[in-house]
Amino acid sequence: MNTAENHNVGKTVSANPDQILNADEEYLTIRKVSKQFGDFTAVNSVDLTIKKGEIFALLGASGCGKSTLLRMLAGFETPTSGDIILQGERINDHEPFERPINMMFQSYALFPHMTVEQNLAFGLKQDKLDKSQIAEKVTNMLNLVQMQHLRKRRPHQLSGGQQQRVALARSLIKSPKLLLLDEPMGALDKKLRARMQLEIANIIDSLGVTCVMVTHDQEEAMTMADRIAIMDAGEICQVGTPSEIYEQPNSQFTAEFIGSVNILKGAVKDDEPSYVTITSDDCETEIYIGHGITCFVGQEVAVALRPEKISISKTKPDQQYNCISGVVKDIAYFGSHSVYHVRTPSGKTISVTEMNDIRWAGDRLTWDDPVWVYWDDNASVVLTE
Amino acid sequence: MKDFQWRRFKKWWLIFPPYAWLILFFAVPFLIILKISFSEAAIAQPPYTAIFEYANEKLVINLNFGNYLWLFTDTLYLNAYLSSLKIAAISTTLCLAIGYPIAYGIARMQGSIQNLCLMLIILPSWTSFLIRIYAWMGILRNNGIINNVLISLGFVDEPIRLLNTEFAVYIGIVYTYLPFMVLPLYANLVKLDSRLLEASADLGAGPIRSFFSITLPLSRGGIIAGSMLVFIPAVGEFVIPELLGGAEILMIGKVLWGEFFGNRDWPVASAVATIMLLLLLIPIALFHRYQFRELEEKS
Repeated sequence: MNTAENHNVGKTVSANPDQILNADEEYLTIRKVSKQFGDFTAVNSVDLTIKKGEIFALLGASGCGKSTLLRMLAGFETPTSGDIILQGERINDHEPFERPINMMFQSYALFPHMTVEQNLAFGLKQDKLDKSQIAEKVTNMLNLVQMQHLRKRRPHQLSGGQQQRVALARSLIKSPKLLLLDEPMGALDKKLRARMQLEIANIIDSLGVTCVMVTHDQEEAMTMADRIAIMDAGEICQVGTPSEIYEQPNSQFTAEFIGSVNILKGAVKDDEPSYVTITSDDCETEIYIGHGITCFVGQEVAVALRPEKISISKTKPDQQYNCISGVVKDIAYFGSHSVYHVRTPSGKTISVTEMNDIRWAGDRLTWDDPVWVYWDDNASVVLTE
Repeated sequence: MKDFQWRRFKKWWLIFPPYAWLILFFAVPFLIILKISFSEAAIAQPPYTAIFEYANEKLVINLNFGNYLWLFTDTLYLNAYLSSLKIAAISTTLCLAIGYPIAYGIARMQGSIQNLCLMLIILPSWTSFLIRIYAWMGILRNNGIINNVLISLGFVDEPIRLLNTEFAVYIGIVYTYLPFMVLPLYANLVKLDSRLLEASADLGAGPIRSFFSITLPLSRGGIIAGSMLVFIPAVGEFVIPELLGGAEILMIGKVLWGEFFGNRDWPVASAVATIMLLLLLIPIALFHRYQFRELEEKS
C-alpha cells in the first residue's frame, strides 16, 4: 500500500512541478478545526498549514487548547467540525491505530513490562514485519539514539534522559509521516533539557520527519522549531519563525508571551510615509518610529520595546526622541547580563537589559541612581491591536 | 543518642502489633496442632497422649510418625487432597473468567456508577454466609426454583439432580469467593495508565491486541492476588461441599471434620491439617516472591 502511494506521488512529480511544490507546502492542513467538550470550546476554528520536513511548535499556556489539537492529530480526540488533511487525505475519522502518525508522549508512556528493545519492536510487530527486519530496524534506531548498550533494560531502570531517547526512538521507528511531540522536555531537569532540545531536533532533522510539537516553554519552542504558532483560548494568535514572532509580534499578547517586553501606551501624532511619532504619558519625549505604519492620526496604539534594545546611562543622551528619565529601583544580576528596573516619573517600571561585558566596571549603576533610558528609531514595534 | 534510642523504640513499637497478632493467633495454634499430630490417639481428656513426659529425672519425648505414615497408606487422604486441589483450581479459574470482565468493566466506569457497582459486589457478603448457602440449597433442590421452572416450561419431565453434585459445589465456591477475585483485580485495573493504551493504539495496535499485550500482562499482580485469595480458602473449604456437595464429594475439609468430630482422632486430624498447610505454603511462597520482586522493581 505504501509503495503504491509513493508511486502515485512520483507520477505527480513528472506531471506538474507546481503541484509537488504545493504538496510539500501543504503537507498537513488543519482547516477550520474546532473541538467542543460540552459547552467549553477547547479549540476554536483553527487553520494551519504545515510544510513537509519542518518542526512546527504549538506554543501556549496550559489550557489554551494546544494539547487537544495535538490529540486530534493523533486520533485520540475527534474534531467537532473541520478537516485534518495529511498529504491530501482527510484523516478525521481514522482510528489512531490506522494513522501513519506516531507520538512521543509527555511522560513517555513506555510499556513498563517490556525491555527497551521490546518497546521499540512493539509498533513494528503490529505491521507484521518478519523478525529479522524488526531486529535490524531496532538496532539501527538504538544506534541513532545511542541506547544500544541498554537494550535489555526495563524503562524503570533508565534515567529520565534515557527514557526520553527510548520514547523518541519508539515514535520514530515506524517512519511516521507525522511525528507528534507532547511537551517533550516536560519531565527533564533544566540542564538536561537544553542538551536534549538540540539533540532531538538534530535527530528529527536528520531523518527529515515532519513534526508537530506542543509546549508551554517558549525557549524550547524557539530552540527546536522552524515555525511557531502561538495559541490562546483555543485560537491561533500568530504563526511565524521564532525571530518573526520575537521581533514582529502582531499583538500585545504575543509580545508579552514571548520574552519580556515593555509596553508604552500612546496616541499617533504624526503619520508620515517614512516615519511616525507617538505621544505617550509614560514617555517625556515623543516616540519616533523610523518607518511608516498603517495607522491614522490620533489612533490609540501600544509601543512594544524589548529590554535588550534599550540603553541605559547616567547622562542625558543626545537625542530629542525616545528617551525617558527615571531612577534605578531594582537590579537583577544574571552574570552575563543584568536587568535594571527603572521607575519613570509616570510611575511605570521599564526593564532594561545590559550586557556585563566589562569585568570590573568602576562606574556601574547602582540602586537609586538617576538614569536615562533611550532607544533607536527602529527598536520598537507598534501594536495597533 | 537518646533521641536515636527513642526512634528505635518507636519503630519497634509500630511493628510489634502485627507480629504479636501473628505469633498469638497463627504460630502458637499451629505449633499446638503440630504437637498433637505427633502424638497418639487415646481415650482420655484431651484425647491424645502426651509427647513430653518427665519422670524419674528423665525427659522422655515420644514422637509418633504413625499419623503421617497412615495418611500415605490410605488412599482416601491422597484422593481427598487431589480432589480439593482440583476443585479449588477449577473454581479459581471460573472466578477469574467471570471476575475479570466484571472488574474490567467497573474499572472503566464513571465515578458514581463505579462506586455503586463495587457496592453491589460487596453487598451480598453483608448477609450470613450460611444463609446464602442455604438459599442455594433452596434454588438447586429437586423441587427448587430451577427445577420447578424447567418442569413447568416443559423442558424436562422429572427434576434434574443439581444439589449434591460437584456442579453445586462449584456454584457455591464461585458465588462465595467471586468478590475476593473482583476486588484485587479492580484495584489493579483502575490504576492502569490510560496513556499506555493510547501509546499502544498510536503504534498501530487495535483494541484486542492492546488488551492482550498491555492490559493483561500489566494486571498480572491483580490476577495472582485474586487467585490466591480464592484458591487458598477454597482448598480447605468445608461448609460448601458439606451442604451443597452431599456425601460423594471428597474434600480435605470434610475429611478433617470427620477425623476430628466423627472419629475423635485428634492426632490424625492434626496431621491432615499440617499437610494441608504445607501444600498451601507452595502457592503462598510463590505469591510472596512475586510481590517482593514487584516491590523491588518499583523502588
